[in-house]
Amino acid sequence: MSKKTKITGIVVAVLVFLGLSTWYLARTNIPILEPKGTIALKERNLLFFGLGLSAIIVIPVFVLLFTFVWRYRETNSKSHARYRPDLDHSVLTEALWWLIPSILIAILSVVTWRSSHTLDPYRPIASKTPTMTIQVISMDWKWLFVYPNQHIAAVNLAEFPVNTPIRFEVTSDSVMNSFWIPQLGSQIYSMPGMATKVYLMATSAGSYKGYSANISGKGFAGMMFTAKATSRKTFLEWVQQVHRTPRHLTLAAYNQLNKPSEYNPVSYYSDPVNNLYVKIIDKYMSRPQANVLKNGHSNDVHSKNSNYSSMNSMGTL
Amino acid sequence: MIGFAGLIDGFAGLLGKLSLNQLPHNPITAGGALTVVGGVVTVALVITYLKRWKWLWKEWLTSLDPKRIGVMYIVVAIVMLVRAGIDALMMRGQQAISVGSSHGYLSSNHFQQVFSAHGTIMIFFVAMGLMFGAINLIMPLQIGSRDVAFPFMNSISFWLFFAGVVLVNLSLVIGDFSAAGWLAYPPLSELRYSPTVGVDYWIWSLQIAGIGSLLSGINFLTTIIKMRCKGMSLMKMPMFVWSVMGSMSLVVFAFPILTVTLTLLYLDRTFGTHFFTAGGGGNMMMYVNLIWAWGHPEVYILILPAFGVFSEVVASLSRKRLFGYTSMVWAIWAIVLLSFTVWLHHFFTMGAGADVNGFFGIMTMIIAIPTGVKIFNWLFTMYRGKILMATPMKWFLGFVVLFTIGGVAGVLMAIPPVDFQLHNSLFLVAHFHTMIVSGVLFGYYAGIVYWFPKFTGFRLNERFGNYAYWCWLIGFILAFVPLYILGFMGATRRLDHYSASTGWQPLFIVAGIGAGIIAIGLAMQFLQLITSIRDRKKNRDTTGDPWNARTLEWSVPSPVPFYNFALTPEVDTRDAFWAFKQTQKAGSNNEPQTYESITLPKNTSIGLIVGTCAFFFGFGAVWHIPWLCVLGLVGIITAIIVRANQHNTEYHISAERLAQMDHDARNAQRGYA
Repeated sequence: MSKKTKITGIVVAVLVFLGLSTWYLARTNIPILEPKGTIALKERNLLFFGLGLSAIIVIPVFVLLFTFVWRYRETNSKSHARYRPDLDHSVLTEALWWLIPSILIAILSVVTWRSSHTLDPYRPIASKTPTMTIQVISMDWKWLFVYPNQHIAAVNLAEFPVNTPIRFEVTSDSVMNSFWIPQLGSQIYSMPGMATKVYLMATSAGSYKGYSANISGKGFAGMMFTAKATSRKTFLEWVQQVHRTPRHLTLAAYNQLNKPSEYNPVSYYSDPVNNLYVKIIDKYMSRPQANVLKNGHSNDVHSKNSNYSSMNSMGTL
Repeated sequence: MIGFAGLIDGFAGLLGKLSLNQLPHNPITAGGALTVVGGVVTVALVITYLKRWKWLWKEWLTSLDPKRIGVMYIVVAIVMLVRAGIDALMMRGQQAISVGSSHGYLSSNHFQQVFSAHGTIMIFFVAMGLMFGAINLIMPLQIGSRDVAFPFMNSISFWLFFAGVVLVNLSLVIGDFSAAGWLAYPPLSELRYSPTVGVDYWIWSLQIAGIGSLLSGINFLTTIIKMRCKGMSLMKMPMFVWSVMGSMSLVVFAFPILTVTLTLLYLDRTFGTHFFTAGGGGNMMMYVNLIWAWGHPEVYILILPAFGVFSEVVASLSRKRLFGYTSMVWAIWAIVLLSFTVWLHHFFTMGAGADVNGFFGIMTMIIAIPTGVKIFNWLFTMYRGKILMATPMKWFLGFVVLFTIGGVAGVLMAIPPVDFQLHNSLFLVAHFHTMIVSGVLFGYYAGIVYWFPKFTGFRLNERFGNYAYWCWLIGFILAFVPLYILGFMGATRRLDHYSASTGWQPLFIVAGIGAGIIAIGLAMQFLQLITSIRDRKKNRDTTGDPWNARTLEWSVPSPVPFYNFALTPEVDTRDAFWAFKQTQKAGSNNEPQTYESITLPKNTSIGLIVGTCAFFFGFGAVWHIPWLCVLGLVGIITAIIVRANQHNTEYHISAERLAQMDHDARNAQRGYA
């Protein structure tokens, strides 16, 4: 086989492989690139912007690499006349590759600083529709969603109205997990004794997969949940329906639920005990026998009208 | 009355948590245990059969020659690469089939142990081992020195490293390993959630090896500062030496943080303290900060010397001076400094707030500038050169392509809001594998092929080297491009099972195939080694300078004599050997005219004893056997005191004998001994 046929063969094989891959990926649902929420959309655009900016460096690197390797290979006798063994610096070109990347990074830094603030998970989403609160508790190994104002709770399912900002207040009653709905945007860690939060808003109705992104033990892989964005009407009907569930989320029922279990199906509770979320956090904040609220520890959890603030809700643990 | 049962109880008390129940029960874990035990027994039998125990003891185990220690580091690292590679294949296999109603062949706990071990071993016992091996072999030669500053401490470092290796592998035989990931975040790694000895194995294998690393850091840094040959000012050092200097500075500042963090975690687990517990006033976020304050510098510790290897390879094989030497030095130190200012980017999602996230995001991006400068300098080292397309050069080219792509992924994740969507996803996993495999592994592979003739006297087979390279490159792309895409599809890391509706399975299968091709690549490297040893006469390096290279190590005969330089060299320029060759007529040699007597350290078994005692201490700490800990500790202290009181630790070689040996070494190299 001549060298030419060999190279042609390799090129064809690579092209066929790339073609098949593209065809496959075009038919595949890629959640992060197909966002269904305001935050996820902005984050995807930021990703594309960063990718584009990087191309300004990456393309020249690849072009230079392949050109130099091809042209200055030892077997290419044509370039031997241009051999310059002592060429070892050039102030101008070196300044160029300190400077150009610096400028690009400076641009990216401005974008980073701004987007860190505008897309801070603690920043409320501006909308005419009032924000709704869902309290999220990661347990071994399932997610409990408590609706403090609707007085219902659900395991491994969070349903909420579309185009409504949702304030997820997140904590853990076991180890650290990470609360993540890729198609809606930003994940946030859930930690015992801590309250973190993330504001998300779905822009189209649908069922989206949610995950824990941080290893939490034996049943970790089963910590998938569904985030369901519906019309307001459907949502209210769903609330009514869950309300009729005879099972109340009393402290006893909660403690029962809190026992380790894996691959839990969706289940519902009505009338969660008052301030359950705060009680869960306080479990880790005080001595076990004194399960009471303390001043200043998680005051932000109570404030319905949350002002934009990052740190204060993390408690003083 | 103390009956038989009482005796058993008392004995059990003496053995702490250890019992026969801790031996593996299911076929897969038993297979792991048998492989370890069988492997050790086979090696022991082969050595006995070949009657090599004495030779092994005298020439290797008790040697203080950094070249011998370096080779031992690399051998251990390669064995560990195979072990952690098998872990990787097990994971890829599990994730390719464990979907929907199938739960694969690994239980979730076992799967979690496998990936925890994979990460831990690859970083601590493969990458670190290859790095310390390369430094031991190359750095003293490049600065024109016969030895490192503290040869005995060097031996202790190696044996502590080895004690860590033994502990981590012993977990396959008795007890289990940590299932909490390679950095064991609390509260998961706390006693309450990880009640077995797994996390303790993790703590002590890292703790012991880590102290060895710290000692190495001090040792090599001192060596570079104090033991350079005459005329070698800092700005005349080879770039590999600069990169080692940067890396070892990081070791000295970063490893104490690891030591403290691991100690606090062990106190939590064993003595009921509350440094990192959930509740009781503990703070898991403190652990996450501390572990990354060590962990981020750690990746630069690994990669800087590999960058140094590339700098040597590119310049030598392009037959040119390294482009932008001064830029390179500044870039190294910029990376060293900046690497301590970025740790928080590992947990943007912990809710630190926009100002903090923004700051650490920007600092992270800034590191891309000096790294980019290094890439451009390497590219322009090739410009107007005569590039020899040998395998070390190919590893370099593969590195540039992959590392640039991985670097872009890194810059993207440095933007906090983008990280909120990619953190802990397989995109992240793909990113750091791209950086570490192409940057660190490819770097040391290039170095092994490049310097192999210097230490063995013969070259490595290029054909199998080439096959290995292409398997690694294509395998890598197939194994990790799907992971980038899976990250975009919401696949998080460390899943032992997923639902069929995710649509992830085809990509996991492709990734599994890629891992298989990488395994073939690794097999090719073993074939390369075997065929090269078989054809060693044909592949003989008769010049001592097979690549027409530039730095001092190439000026001595191959294989390097145990004394390195018969006469310590004197330099007045960078690339001193290249400059020397330019001024000499072809065929003339660089044999010294006069010789002086030299002094070298004698062999000692005390390094090995310290390592053994450290192992006993670690084993006792893992299994809560106080008397074993005390024994280990007393052993270490006694050994050090004994060593401190030995005065006759060096020997001399007279000028005449040295002249004769040097003459013989040069003749042996030319092949007419």
